[in-house]
Amino acid sequence: MSLWEFANPVKFIRLSGRLLPWVSGLTVICLAVGLIWGLFFTPEEARQGHIAKIIYIHVPLAMMAINAWGMMFVTSLIWLIRRHHVSVLAAKAAAPIGATFTLLAIITGAIWGAPTWGTPWVWDPRLTSFAVLLVFYFGYMALWAAIEDPDKAADLTSVLAMVGTVFAFLSRYAVNFWNQGLHQGASLSLDKEENVADVFYIPLLLSIAGFVLLFLALVLLRTQTEVRARRLRALMLREGANA
Amino acid sequence: MIGQKKKRRVQLIVVGMVLLAAASALIGFGFRQGIQFFRSPSEVVESPPGPDELFRIGGLVEVGSLIEGSGETITFIVTDNAKTVPVSYTGILPDLFDEGQGVIALGHLREGTFYATEILAKHDESYMPKEVIDSLKEQGLYEAPDS
Repeated sequence: MSLWEFANPVKFIRLSGRLLPWVSGLTVICLAVGLIWGLFFTPEEARQGHIAKIIYIHVPLAMMAINAWGMMFVTSLIWLIRRHHVSVLAAKAAAPIGATFTLLAIITGAIWGAPTWGTPWVWDPRLTSFAVLLVFYFGYMALWAAIEDPDKAADLTSVLAMVGTVFAFLSRYAVNFWNQGLHQGASLSLDKEENVADVFYIPLLLSIAGFVLLFLALVLLRTQTEVRARRLRALMLREGANA
Repeated sequence: MIGQKKKRRVQLIVVGMVLLAAASALIGFGFRQGIQFFRSPSEVVESPPGPDELFRIGGLVEVGSLIEGSGETITFIVTDNAKTVPVSYTGILPDLFDEGQGVIALGHLREGTFYATEILAKHDESYMPKEVIDSLKEQGLYEAPDS
């Protein structure tokens, strides 16, 4: 029994089919509890007032926008090295979700930034790196759509995933070494003291868990669709060859 | 033979990633002045930009320096706890703008005064409930986090 068994499309479909109802159920519970708690049952924030509540949507979205590309990087790497189709199809399935999360993170950030900073958008390093990430997502999806041969498309998009990782991630983290922009540092971090009071922290963790599960559920569902579409294509090619 | 091919792919990927990382590090290093979002008061005092150069200055609004003049014009002093620069601004201020808080202003430096055309407030990463801050202030225990 090894992890690579699930690279087998049949086994993947079976396992993901069993997991999906559980993941979806947990997603609904975490998102409902986290968001309702966060949006309606937390006290007013000291300096920002009620607009601060956008943190329950903005922070999880921004985290998953980056992590989705991280996941695409890993699955593309597995495709390039081990040639498992399910792996690269999972990356293909994750791209539109990651792009949506990135766009929503930018929009919710603009809604928060307009009254608090005094501007919805500035070319601050962190904001700029998210704009770059969004362009990489669109480029990745466009490349998949542009190439007929699925294996060739998988190879080229995987290379783009590698390039995007270096640019999007390094530009995101490396700028912090010598530059500080308008955007505040991470409110949640594992190594530093706590920046967010407990009353805000617990619903925030729940809503982050909700968005992680939402991403997982959507990726499982979309990967199933991609795997079946690939199977269908193979069957139709065989039919065509026989006729 | 297949193992050989796989090894070759891994080598290619590693070399490619290292080259890309080096290239982006070089770009970042080369443009580090250009991608600097704002300058501190110390940098501005040490090498004052010309009157025509548009740039951003960032720091804290010095406590007690905020003066509201006629109409919408305000003046305050921006500090990084080492050097200070006086700022003049006419226009609407963001919600979070206040004494002792972080600020980033865009404008020109003329005869030692920074004439801002845009003021942005910088928020720090702390989130505290209003009631907690109010009670801490009542007890005189509250310390503003430095942003």
